[in-house]
Amino acid sequence: MSDPVSALNGAAFSGIATVEEAGLAGMITLRGDLGSKGLGAAVKAATGVDIPTANKVALSDEGGAAWMSPDELLLMVPYTEVEGKLAALTEALAGEHALAVNVSDARAVFRLSGDGARETLAKVCPVDLSAEAFVAGQFRRTRMAQVAAAFWLDEGGVFTIVCFRSVADYVFNLLSNAAHPHSKVGVY
Amino acid sequence: MLILECPYCGVKAEESELHAGGEAHLKRFGPGSSDAEFHDYLFMRKNPRGVHFERWRHINGCGKWFHAARCTTTLEVFGTYSAQTLEPPQAIRDAVSAKRPGWSWRDLK
Repeated sequence: MSDPVSALNGAAFSGIATVEEAGLAGMITLRGDLGSKGLGAAVKAATGVDIPTANKVALSDEGGAAWMSPDELLLMVPYTEVEGKLAALTEALAGEHALAVNVSDARAVFRLSGDGARETLAKVCPVDLSAEAFVAGQFRRTRMAQVAAAFWLDEGGVFTIVCFRSVADYVFNLLSNAAHPHSKVGVY
Repeated sequence: MLILECPYCGVKAEESELHAGGEAHLKRFGPGSSDAEFHDYLFMRKNPRGVHFERWRHINGCGKWFHAARCTTTLEVFGTYSAQTLEPPQAIRDAVSAKRPGWSWRDLK
């Protein structure tokens, strides 16, 4: 079998913040009734976390679950375990009105860290990224310049950004430009 | 700049995160209706100066359609509400009445 390769093969840029392509990540899109007990148990079994509340992400050591919309979750699992987890999830959801799909290879993931991370992201997204407004554990789907993207902030102050793989290069260049030392605004 | 709060995810979304869906609460005329009715349904839209009810989609967010009541001259937003309704809920109408006494929109007052 051929070796799976992430969109930018670990490209990185360092300026007022560090932008790194995070490599391969296992992702499952799950749609269904988020209030259902069966679905909650299936999510817990697959990711080890409870279903997060609106606009939040629940993280475990190896993955987690993000709230995408009132009837959609994004489940993060190790890349090599996606197929197994998906099969178990599909079986656990038999009889539920729900659908789980492996979207790992449709996505690219970036990590944005450093003192200027909030500023870098605020330049390209219409989101209030001040420390009071956007706290750890928060998840947001939004627009990143001209493309759709989603991101969350973890306890370590690192933003994880998810976008479509087809626009990975665009997003990397966009973030690198926004993180360029000469473009520093110093607003946050 | 227009900022609408999505009633589904609670995000205060800026205009560029949304997609406009035109006039709200249309009554659809399809097979079996007269040509005049179908013509009006397909082409005729309100373009009021003042209170307006519109459909919007939180396209770069949770992806849901919702309704918004706003003023087209001042961009003031009176409220947003669920898409699963055939007419504005009373709370939204009251909010409009508080700001624009005597308003009317189609057959609503």
